Amino acid sequence: MFVFATIAVFVCMVMLLVRLFAGKTLYDRVLALNTFGTCTVLFIGTVGLASGRPDFLDIALLYALINFVGTIAVLKFFRYRHLGDAAEDREMIEAAPDEEPVS
Amino acid sequence: MPVDFPELGTALIEILSWISILSGAFFLFVGSLGMIRLQDFWSRLHAASIIDSAGAGLLLFGMMLQTGLTLTSVKLAIIVVFLFLTGPTASHAVANAAFVSGSRPSDLVEDASAASNSSSSNEGSA
Repeated sequence: MFVFATIAVFVCMVMLLVRLFAGKTLYDRVLALNTFGTCTVLFIGTVGLASGRPDFLDIALLYALINFVGTIAVLKFFRYRHLGDAAEDREMIEAAPDEEPVS
Repeated sequence: MPVDFPELGTALIEILSWISILSGAFFLFVGSLGMIRLQDFWSRLHAASIIDSAGAGLLLFGMMLQTGLTLTSVKLAIIVVFLFLTGPTASHAVANAAFVSGSRPSDLVEDASAASNSSSSNEGSA
């Protein structure tokens, strides 16, 4: 049963890879990547249960967390072209020479 | 003739688990087929949501039925809850980013009279 589920998830991942490489716009690729991550979580879980090692589910949970954060980070980068808070960074950079003694 | 209840329950759980995993695999296949075949980004969003919610949920539910009441099924339940929280959030973030970038559904019909009405009412209220 778990072997069947693994094969089904694998077929789904291959078909998502087609969309990931052939996606016309940027957001098609991001959407396919996010769904591919969800399928990876399922794949890790089904492989772990099929091979009798349920400890893989911890890795699957961790992958789900990282996948979500990664998708949001990629979208934030596409929109703002940087990941940090650039205004505060600029204030820090501009404020730094005043505090340090000029050598 | 007395019916053996524990074996009946085990068989019932087995059948339910099979049904759940089979339908989950079906939804995974349909969703990924839609990701390939559908024409528009906005319709592909729909296919991706099928994979995220129906496919993953049913597959993990079938696995929970199979593992029984153990720590493994608790971990599976945590994964289900987390996927159900983050999947729609990520889909919304992707859709919002695409909408802000100017993408619109290709067959979206512009209602000129509604647009003029709403703009005039907005001007009147402002």
